Amino acid sequence: MSVKVLDALKLAHGGAIDSVETQHGDDIAWVKRDQLLAVATWLKQDPAMAFDAPVFVTCIDRLDWKPIDVPPGPPVYPASAGWTEDRPRFEVAYQLRSSRHRHRIRIKCAVPEHDARVPSLTSLWPAFNWQERETFDMYGIKFDGHPDLRRIYLYEEFVGYPLRKDYPKEKRQPLVRRDDLPINPIKSPTGGHR
Amino acid sequence: MAAPTTTPTGEPSSRSLKQLVLGRKDVQDMSDAEQELPPELMTVNMGPSHPAMHGTVRIVLTVDGERVVASDVQPGYLHRCFEKESEYATYTQVFPYTDRLNYVSPMINNVGWAMVVEKLMGLTPQIPKRAEYVRVIVSEMSRITDHLTCVGASAMELGAFTPFLYLLKCREWLYELLEKVSGARLTHSYVRVGGVVKDLTPGFDAELTLCLDQIAKVMVEVEDLLNNNKIFRDRMAGIGAMTRDDAIASGCVGPIARAAGLDYDVRKDYPYSIYPEVEFDVPVGTTGDCYDRYLVRIEELKQSIRILRQCLKQIPDGPVMVDDPRVALPAKQATYNTIESMIRHFKHIMDGVKVPAGEAYAFVEGGNGELGFYVVADGTGRPYKAYVRSPSFVHLSTASQLIHGHMIADIVPIFGMINMIGGECDK
Repeated sequence: MSVKVLDALKLAHGGAIDSVETQHGDDIAWVKRDQLLAVATWLKQDPAMAFDAPVFVTCIDRLDWKPIDVPPGPPVYPASAGWTEDRPRFEVAYQLRSSRHRHRIRIKCAVPEHDARVPSLTSLWPAFNWQERETFDMYGIKFDGHPDLRRIYLYEEFVGYPLRKDYPKEKRQPLVRRDDLPINPIKSPTGGHR
Repeated sequence: MAAPTTTPTGEPSSRSLKQLVLGRKDVQDMSDAEQELPPELMTVNMGPSHPAMHGTVRIVLTVDGERVVASDVQPGYLHRCFEKESEYATYTQVFPYTDRLNYVSPMINNVGWAMVVEKLMGLTPQIPKRAEYVRVIVSEMSRITDHLTCVGASAMELGAFTPFLYLLKCREWLYELLEKVSGARLTHSYVRVGGVVKDLTPGFDAELTLCLDQIAKVMVEVEDLLNNNKIFRDRMAGIGAMTRDDAIASGCVGPIARAAGLDYDVRKDYPYSIYPEVEFDVPVGTTGDCYDRYLVRIEELKQSIRILRQCLKQIPDGPVMVDDPRVALPAKQATYNTIESMIRHFKHIMDGVKVPAGEAYAFVEGGNGELGFYVVADGTGRPYKAYVRSPSFVHLSTASQLIHGHMIADIVPIFGMINMIGGECDK
């Protein structure tokens, strides 16, 4: 079943697919950003695909990506080499499940740093509403066409996107400034407090 | 204004005194126009710290009288940066963090994290049978504690205090057993990559059997108290209903989706561990309202007891940790007596389990549904990215839709049955 999904996807939308791969039994398809909505609509509506159930949305920041001990085999696009300036920095991953056929797929979309936006899939799967907000909150990816793109875990005044690799873990941004506490108790490479 | 009233004897009315005491007019003294609520919509803040809410979540309600016409649910008050912290911890050090995701069923989180790392390392088929059984036993015990807490707390919020005490008593028996096994009452950190940290204690099966018998007895009492209780049914039945199609589209899984008639259970649809070897049923509801969610949870609890009884019969002898130097620590005796083992122990603790580069998504059936971990590994001992697909977060996103059109008081059972766990929802 698993190979069938990727094959059918390549057959129907060959022009929109950059590459496909299978890692540890998970099917992954790399989709061109401008055709993401068309491919996703097809995945949902085609009766042989019927990906009706959304699972998750997340993003991967490849800024520090320097893999070691890469398993042998056919070269996988991001895993085979380190991240360089000319490669898109972010990957947005959508995991889908079909409740009828029980198969799963992860569609991925490469997103460059200077234009960090992807089309929103909330109109197809309402569950992605909050998960896209979460991805926006944590990685700063803008979802075009999202009905309500606000921060969800953090507060409106928060500066920066905490799960990006260039956001230091030690950085503190208290919402209420307290004079009795040092501004940044732990040293941070970029100066800590805004 | 109401006409000034006088008592039959002609004395001046006590209205002024009443007004003085109450600080406002009494309802009986009001005219019809005065009694009406203001026609404009009102904004009410519920939470973040509300006695009838599980966890800290804020809801900004727009109410028309007492009816909710719009709401904005705002999670995030318990955000503890699980994903960021995990990127800086070794794979083994993430286990204590997973305990704090869904803190009423920590063992299931432990198992989920172990499974994703094993999937990345290709270790899944090599996990010893006994370790798999131990994992299932502790997972099902955790599922029971999860459902006991959910049902107990919801019943208490609707005024039924006795079942709450009964159910938490049962939960405590299970916690005591889990404490004996793992050393910690709540945050167990018992599972490891490649197995579990140590074997079950001697006499565990007798104690668990006794405990399950007691729980089965208590469940009969609790069902007698709740199932046909007029107040309980009136507050639960027909409240917060969800259709099957809505449940699929909004990503609902677990008891909520099953109550809506969606027959999806990871243990059956994508069998993992030793679940194919045990026999159990997946309860499915019809109406998808709060009462069905309650019934599904009660039935799942009984099915978990059934699974546990089978596991105790079928559990084989053998090791509980895979014999693979990549993930297993050297024996304590060797660590203290040979330099090679001590170095390996040190490297294992300091550098972590080396996971080859790649990515994987592994998922288990948690107390609330599909609990998944998505990990990107870069070949070092720490995850490059760790993402948790928390069912509570997805379920909470439907809350706004579920409470729409209901009374403010109905928010309590709806939230109780969504069973939002703050730690899991806010990561």
